Amino acid sequence: MATRAPWDIDIARAIIVERQAVPGALLPILHALQEEFGYIDREAEPLIAGILNISRAEVHGVVTFYHDFRHKPAGRHVLKLCRAESCQARGGDALAARAQARLGVTLGDTTADGQVSLEPVYCLGLCSVSPAAMLDDKVVARLDDKKLDALLAEAAR
Amino acid sequence: MSRIRIYVPGDAAAVAVGADEVAAAIEAAAGRGKTAVEIVRNGSRGLHWLEPMVEVATSKGRIGYGPVGVSDVESILKAAAADGADHALRLGRPEDIPYLKTQTRLTFARCGIVDPRSLDDYRAHGGYRGLEKALAVPPAAIVDEVTQSGLRGRGGAGFPTGIKWKTVQQTAADRKYIVCNADEGDSGTFADRMIMEGDPFVLIEGMTIAGIAVGATKGYVYIRSEYPHAIAAMNAAIAAARKAGRLGAKVAGSAYAFDVEVRVGAGAYVCGEETSLLDSLEGKRGQVRAKPPLPAHRGLFGKPTVINNVLSLATVPIILDKGAAFYKDFGMGRSRGTMPIQLAGNVKYPGLYEAAFGVTLGELVDDIGGGTATGRPVRAVQVGGPLGAYFPRALFDTPFDYEAFAAKDGLIGHGGVVVFDDSVDMAKQARFAMEFCAIESCGKCTPCRVGSTRGVEVIDRIAAGKDRAANTALLEDLCHTMKFGSLCALGGFTPYPVMSALIHFPEDFGAPPRLEAAE
Repeated sequence: MATRAPWDIDIARAIIVERQAVPGALLPILHALQEEFGYIDREAEPLIAGILNISRAEVHGVVTFYHDFRHKPAGRHVLKLCRAESCQARGGDALAARAQARLGVTLGDTTADGQVSLEPVYCLGLCSVSPAAMLDDKVVARLDDKKLDALLAEAAR
Repeated sequence: MSRIRIYVPGDAAAVAVGADEVAAAIEAAAGRGKTAVEIVRNGSRGLHWLEPMVEVATSKGRIGYGPVGVSDVESILKAAAADGADHALRLGRPEDIPYLKTQTRLTFARCGIVDPRSLDDYRAHGGYRGLEKALAVPPAAIVDEVTQSGLRGRGGAGFPTGIKWKTVQQTAADRKYIVCNADEGDSGTFADRMIMEGDPFVLIEGMTIAGIAVGATKGYVYIRSEYPHAIAAMNAAIAAARKAGRLGAKVAGSAYAFDVEVRVGAGAYVCGEETSLLDSLEGKRGQVRAKPPLPAHRGLFGKPTVINNVLSLATVPIILDKGAAFYKDFGMGRSRGTMPIQLAGNVKYPGLYEAAFGVTLGELVDDIGGGTATGRPVRAVQVGGPLGAYFPRALFDTPFDYEAFAAKDGLIGHGGVVVFDDSVDMAKQARFAMEFCAIESCGKCTPCRVGSTRGVEVIDRIAAGKDRAANTALLEDLCHTMKFGSLCALGGFTPYPVMSALIHFPEDFGAPPRLEAAE
């Protein structure tokens, strides 16, 4: 996974100002901030509110509405396991149980050493090759125990 | 020796099962063997059990091989060099494979065939003929053509596309928008993704025609963040279309201006609902709006807006090209044309199957899909995504048609078909439907926000055998409230999977089995 820059309010301001005139700018701004820093720092919310001339509550409301935006950095790797129906039909439950047991975390958590965040995702659109997962930017499908273990090993590096 | 052209799909489903590694191995092996190859990263043909499916251009047309692993590459390259010679994985011409041969590919006519990055290839395969026809007639005639074709919203609601367009066309405003709903969140569906990755120009063309028809100059494609490959493919295609003058101030040299921009979602299923998608595009929480006003009157940024699914818009070019009558000729009843059906879950031959409306669920699952991948009996089939009903074998004679599915308390939705074998626990699936609704509810209306959480609790009590009769009655009552009291389809349709599981598979809830369900 790409290493992210540490939070820097000046860089953040530049990112926001660059996009402030875009119609419906808030989502593009939040995506850009998370791409840069890996998460949306609490300090970003009043900063965005000031530049876009909306309330802090509105910004906070949007950040917390969407599953993608995080308030703290994820693990060095993010493993998303599809938990939707098509993958359920192909043994997704057992794979999720195995991943949780191996990593010692529940879905939605990050390992204590900050190495891996294990997250549920509701459909990657890979339903014809279920079960599916995504490790950082890489999609992997037709998962079985062996392939899952290989992904976990990759995430441990 | 001339270069051998080899097609290795760049579709995310193919990539997820090793297509990138296969493409790299072909390149490496060709370098070692001093064989000149040209690798084209096409979309997928939709025969997903055969992915990665590699095709070689030969004197007899394209010859397919699959599923190809890295270890097969060396020998396949030899076969390719011998004009598509025999090999254990040789499939022959893809068009002759029955799964593909028996389809009616209109929306997916080019998917898997063309190079999705090449505008020239798109035009060489009939692309932009629809736009040329559209530019030759007045805008009202474009809307008429779409109305006459009988095209209905492929996102699931099934609303006539032409009527939507006409409303926007007749609403006066200084600005209007075309919004493409590419927030394909339903499990078991991937047709939008395949079009965007395999034939992105057809979507751009469809949106351009829509813009000219209703008088809009700006289009947005709202793509879910779970689709990075589709986002990249659409951005590349939009850039290519702008460069070629197909988007911009003078579309294809005409007096019309139109441009398209990609916007990325942020992991909210409810944003597939059209009004919450509009709020999300405006930079707000993706909460559902009460209707009226309709988006056609007051949509994005308060302006008249056409909001259509990817498949609806991607079907417009062929309707304009071949005419409304050609398209309308396919189908049954009020469901005209074709539906790109997606076979997924526990099915032997998963993939994309585009067919005229009217094919039965049984034909899809047993004949085309080949039954389950595990070889066990098919027990339940969920049609139409997480908000679709679970059908037992007893309903396999239902034809794929908006009205026929509605008559059986189901829906075709976006055309996803997810197959389950006899190991499925239907009480667990019903619980999941409620749980999913609770996770994804936008929170605006009470039946959905609170009802889904209460629904999980009631199902848990039924499964634990506590006051079964009373709690089952309570669940039915709750589903009734959600169905009729929710603001949108998320809360309103969650009762479909729940009630269908309860009605068709009562034995999983501790009640005696239904006689007709037991074959």
